Amino acid sequence: MGREIAMAPLMQSSQPWVEKYRPKQVKDVAHQDEVVRVLTNTLETSNCPHMLFYGPPGTGKTTTALAIAHQLFGPELYKSRVLELNASDDRGINVVRTKIKNFAAVAVGSNRQGGYPCPPFKIIILDEADSMTQDAQNALRRTMETYSKVTRFFFICNYISRIIEPLASRCAKFRFKPLTEEIMGSRILHICKGEDLNLDSEALSTLSSISQGDMRRAITYLQSAARLFGSSISAKDLISVSGVIPNEVVQAIFSACRSGNFDLANKEVNNVVAEGYPVSQMLSQLYDIVVDADDISDEQKARICKKFAEADKSLVDGADEYLQLLNVASSAMQVLSNMPQDMAF
Amino acid sequence: MLWVDKYRPKTLDKVIVHQDVAQNLQKLVSEGDCPHLLFYGPSGSGKKTLIMALLRQIFGPSADKVKVENKIWKVDAGKRTIDVELTTLSSTHHVELNPSDAGFQDRYVVQEIIKEMAKNRPIDTKGKKGFKVLVLNEVDKLSREAQHSLRRTMEKYSASCRLILCSNSSSKVTEAVRSRCLNVRINAPMEEEIVNVLEFIAKKEGLQLPQGFAACIAEKSNRNLRRAVLTFETCRVQQYPFTNNQAIPPMDWEQYVSEIASDIMKEQSPKRLFEVRGKLYELLTNCIPPEIILKRLLFELLKKLDSELKHEVSHWAAHYEHRMRLGQKAIFHLEAFVAKFMSIYKSFLISTFG
Ligand SMILES: Nc1ncnc2c1ncn2[C@@H]1O[C@H](COP(=O)(O)OP(=O)(O)O)[C@@H](O)[C@H]1O
Ligand SMILES: Nc1ncnc2c1ncn2[C@@H]1O[C@H](COP(=O)(O)OP(=O)(O)O)[C@@H](O)[C@H]1O
Ligand SMILES: [Mg+2]
Ligand SMILES: [Mg+2]
Repeated sequence: MGREIAMAPLMQSSQPWVEKYRPKQVKDVAHQDEVVRVLTNTLETSNCPHMLFYGPPGTGKTTTALAIAHQLFGPELYKSRVLELNASDDRGINVVRTKIKNFAAVAVGSNRQGGYPCPPFKIIILDEADSMTQDAQNALRRTMETYSKVTRFFFICNYISRIIEPLASRCAKFRFKPLTEEIMGSRILHICKGEDLNLDSEALSTLSSISQGDMRRAITYLQSAARLFGSSISAKDLISVSGVIPNEVVQAIFSACRSGNFDLANKEVNNVVAEGYPVSQMLSQLYDIVVDADDISDEQKARICKKFAEADKSLVDGADEYLQLLNVASSAMQVLSNMPQDMAF
Repeated sequence: MLWVDKYRPKTLDKVIVHQDVAQNLQKLVSEGDCPHLLFYGPSGSGKKTLIMALLRQIFGPSADKVKVENKIWKVDAGKRTIDVELTTLSSTHHVELNPSDAGFQDRYVVQEIIKEMAKNRPIDTKGKKGFKVLVLNEVDKLSREAQHSLRRTMEKYSASCRLILCSNSSSKVTEAVRSRCLNVRINAPMEEEIVNVLEFIAKKEGLQLPQGFAACIAEKSNRNLRRAVLTFETCRVQQYPFTNNQAIPPMDWEQYVSEIASDIMKEQSPKRLFEVRGKLYELLTNCIPPEIILKRLLFELLKKLDSELKHEVSHWAAHYEHRMRLGQKAIFHLEAFVAKFMSIYKSFLISTFG
């Protein structure tokens, strides 16, 4: 009881590590050398074009835009000089136009303040810009022209193809690359130091590889594992918070398919479902095994992968996980043991 | 009170299975750092129990004082206002609901409720603002749009409202939502763990429970703990003292499906199909979900079939269940599966025995 009463003062939320370890300076953004070079130059010359950052999630796009804005204006001027709009704000055409107009219309001076360059323009950051409609983007084109002397736009998106050509062509474009495992590793170690965590080398390489170049995922997994398992974190802990299925479990299904024994496969499928492993994840891990297998012919691989694709689509439609995985396992078994696959009856 | 409710552990330190998860949850609470959570795992594995115990750990016994409300929500759906009626379960600290009950309106309801919760933030003795918890059941049944707008809401109101999501399958929860939560997988308990729970209940009830009998109930439960406890209670009513070879009654509907399986193995004809349709209807009107019927029917058929037919029959089960999801009338697809099975089986019999 005593503990419960002590709990009653409500918990406060602490800062997520994704925010805590966001680099504050452009030079600390890892692996995106080209954009870092251009922006470092900007800091000296106080000059910069409109920018378009694109690339997969968790590669530093938002971080870079925020960092340069802070470095150019410092904390005092930031609010009056930088406007951030992201997908969670209402971005109908009119809202965007009005907000930008109101923001850009107030004139700026160019006196250096507190050691910050403070160039004579404002920055408008449009994050997740690929979720804006074509109409809204078109409307933006005129706004950009109207205020071109006094504003710089930073567009951020995952897919450059979703940004209309007239906007894209007005910007310097930078592609953000997925982080390599080495670079992830060194960022992770940096965080581990800050949080007093202990990660052995197996855990470190596991974390780098399951995050697939997405630093946000790596940090989220790391923080989840630390919350659950304390300061000594193993590869197994990381796998368990990431939703990746342990290799033995995937291998067990695959060997059952090779065995040609339907009942055995059925048993393994039941086990996967009872353990609560997501079948969509199972399909993608099975896919990796099949594609890499040396002793399966290309034709067999193709036929199995076709089944994966069909099952994946059915799952998206909401089909039952057990039935879909059983069907995949049964088909793979038929292919692997060269049973006739056309329905016999 | 049924044993499943009577013996549901109320606090994290009292759980019998998933002790490791419970300890982790205790750690989360004691570090004062509780993120959004997603619990996923099969039905009857113990998700709900852990969630309720967690709420109690965070808020103390007042989390148990819940009231059921049937409330009409006025939601702003673009140009018009719609009324959505929904049952919620709430204490001063949390609200629990099944958003999928709201059908197409699910997305508006979720946002509306979160906004309202954010407005009335509880304030503690030191004047600090706290947060409330919103428990959303069956998030796998939530529409894609609702899930999408959830992710925006999750960020915007994260200071005032924590979400606990509960789902039978994590495949059906979008990546965007999953990556904003700490994911907690709850696997179905193993048979030995189920036996432990049964022994615990037997002790509390002052019953003699023979080991073989407990193992037998656990095995029949298919790793579903709720089912095992329910069966145990039924057996207690039927015969006590227990014996090791006491019969464990199957559920009525399962018995019924098993008869359907025998029916269609015995005779493949339009007349038989017609009779089976009546039985399928009856199952549906008794609220047995159609995919559960189909899976059980497959289970019964697989027990009786030759191995070469198993592939084909399980293929068609997957096929028709998928169709059923896309369509609206479950009976059509169940019947189509039965007809398909009859046709396959008849050809097989002819080609084998002439
Ligand atoms: N290139 C990078 N160098 C260092 N940290 C990074 C890098 N990319 C991402 N991160 C980390 O991942 C988190 C998410 O990065 P963010 O810039 O928001 O990604 P996005 O590209 O999706 O906008 C940041 O908090 C930061 O800690
Ligand atoms: N950790 C546990 N220890 C002992 N019994 C449990 C535990 N979790 C669940 N039970 C029993 O199993 C029943 C079903 O659990 P429940 O949490 O409702 O499952 P789910 O929400 O996954 O469907 C409960 O009513 C309770 O009797
Ligand atoms: Mg971003
Ligand atoms: Mg439940």
